[in-house]
Amino acid sequence: MAGLQREVDPEYLFLEAPRRQVFITGSEAVAEAVKRANVDMAVAYPITPQSESMHLVGDLYAQGYLKDYYRGENEFAVMAAVHGASLGGGRVFTATSGPGTLRAMEMFPVWAGSRQPIVCAFMCRGVSLPPSIQPENIEMAMLLDVGMLMFHAEDAQDFFDMILKAYAVAEQPDVHLPAGVFVDGFFVTHTRSAVLLPPDDLKLSAYDPRRAPVPTFDMETPPIRMVRDPLLNKSNFISYAANASWHQEIAAAAERARKHIRRYMGGLLEVEDPAAAIFLAASGTAVSQSREAIKVLKAEGIRVGLIKIMSIRPFPAREIEAVTAHAALIVVPEFNIGGWLAREIKASIDNNRRVVGGPRVFGGMTMPTELIVDQIKNALVRSGAKRPRSPRRDLSG
Amino acid sequence: MSTKIITPVAQFAELLPQEYKDLVAHGPYHERRSVRDLGTFKEIVDEHPHCAGCGVALAVRLLAAALPSPADTLIVGTPGCSFFSLVQTALNYSNTAFGNQNAVAAGLKRMLEIRFPRVHKDVVVVAGDGGIADIGLDLTLHSWFRREKITTVMLDNEVYANTGGQESGMSRQGRVLNMAPRGKLFPKIPVFELAKVSGCVYGARVTVAGPYKVGRAVRNAVLLARELGPTYVQVYTPCPTNMKFPPDQTLRVAKEAEKDHYSFEEFMSAEAAEYLTRLKATSEESEKAPELAKP
Ligand code: SF4
Repeated sequence: MAGLQREVDPEYLFLEAPRRQVFITGSEAVAEAVKRANVDMAVAYPITPQSESMHLVGDLYAQGYLKDYYRGENEFAVMAAVHGASLGGGRVFTATSGPGTLRAMEMFPVWAGSRQPIVCAFMCRGVSLPPSIQPENIEMAMLLDVGMLMFHAEDAQDFFDMILKAYAVAEQPDVHLPAGVFVDGFFVTHTRSAVLLPPDDLKLSAYDPRRAPVPTFDMETPPIRMVRDPLLNKSNFISYAANASWHQEIAAAAERARKHIRRYMGGLLEVEDPAAAIFLAASGTAVSQSREAIKVLKAEGIRVGLIKIMSIRPFPAREIEAVTAHAALIVVPEFNIGGWLAREIKASIDNNRRVVGGPRVFGGMTMPTELIVDQIKNALVRSGAKRPRSPRRDLSG
Repeated sequence: MSTKIITPVAQFAELLPQEYKDLVAHGPYHERRSVRDLGTFKEIVDEHPHCAGCGVALAVRLLAAALPSPADTLIVGTPGCSFFSLVQTALNYSNTAFGNQNAVAAGLKRMLEIRFPRVHKDVVVVAGDGGIADIGLDLTLHSWFRREKITTVMLDNEVYANTGGQESGMSRQGRVLNMAPRGKLFPKIPVFELAKVSGCVYGARVTVAGPYKVGRAVRNAVLLARELGPTYVQVYTPCPTNMKFPPDQTLRVAKEAEKDHYSFEEFMSAEAAEYLTRLKATSEESEKAPELAKP
């Protein structure tokens, strides 16, 4: 029961508490995370495939786990309402998806600009005409530079862990930024998988507004006029400089998040077979498909390593550069038409002709393993490289 | 907010500007002040970069003087002219995106109710006609439909002033403005009438030509929002710069509007009327209006 939950340190909840395995959907994993996150208030608006998770958060409110919850009138209003609630000094949660993300877009830089540790789950889906409610994650490309931390979950287990851990990272006094936790809709939200959960009588310790690096909006801090002349709207160098330094500080806060991400999530990325000369680099469900492709390729004698990128903002550019220093080929499969992850990786490493963007699927298409396998084989043929035999390394850059 | 929070330690007090010291010693935070007392206390907004003769600036000054407990009042606004003085009030003021003000205020009010269950934290939206009636209309109305316990104050200058004098939904029909080169083709959006049918327990339509009326309306609205539900005050705040009249004519323009299309009007629910009668009786008893304890 809600009233019987005990507050514990994030370390204990994430790393030490005993876990029990359940077989749940990604939407249910969201609710399990919110249940243990000591959230004060959540605001919801229906959109596929996010709705079910916010229904379940509503149930948590009815059971007493949250102190307030309501359905807002649209996503812009919902993101504005959690912004107001967060300004008021409490912990909030909401979720959205695809067109909802775009409708609410104006609020994300506002969250970052006002340094609010709001956690929002994004169940990514198509956004354009012809209409599609199917999975693809093009909306992530549009959020890359709003100032929010961004984590991309591979599966329901990741989704559960990342939502909880996002609060721990986002609320650090030297970070204090919003965090988005992303999954590819339907693949994760609507399928069941085994998820390990800590006991539900434990929850994160409450948000403490006194640790915030910005004053809480509650008239409990000296409100005496701090601005003699509004910096905004003024055409002078001082106001430009003040505005610019504020933005620099937001970027710096995201940089400072790296150490907390390492501490709670174990790193910004995970690497399998770091000695391989060919890598699949991916985030979200493309990681799971890459794992399958790696098995197929291995059976054919082609050795391929895996780079699973968990933190999109901050982006693990240096880590990727180090891991791929010796690599001859880096293939980046994605669930979107734009190929934003391939662009990010190309911008992070030397000799970026080694990066092959694709396969890309969208509009609800699945990503058959063969597509990834073919992409790697074709790239090898094109590059004229010999096939790297498993387990010996033939390609050394 | 307690006086303790703003009172500086003796060693530090000397370093603070006179203005700060005046606010602590003679500000309106802990002694009840009203529009009638203007000129006798240190106001929470007393300088601003608005144009000369700005009706919005006057309305903000009156509103700030009328707040029943400024020590626990949070103002939510929008970009626009109202922001110029509001950002300089000695209150927590938030100016987020354009049009989201009533949703921000709703979330804020709910969180403050969670965190301060025994203190009235008054959340007041103060924004222009563009923010409330145009871009934010759905959020304005939905906050009323949901019966959010917030006050909405529209500073209606009947034009987008800050962006250079464009037609707004609150502009008068026929008026030639930027983006309405042949004159506005439809009447003012009836936000005041919408407030009546959308859940507001109290509403008042006033102009800056009636400072006491503005003060009374704001005070009633904030007190009733605490207890009963959403309230709405619509203030006519003429803009000399965009409406092209001399800045010393603002009050005359407002007075003329009062006789013409901006007559004083007030509505309230039966519950609100009963509450205000009770409040008046209690305040007459104790001379000073007491802060009503929460049940
Ligand atoms: S443009 Fe009009 S509303 Fe804006 S500050 Fe000047 S007079 Fe006031």
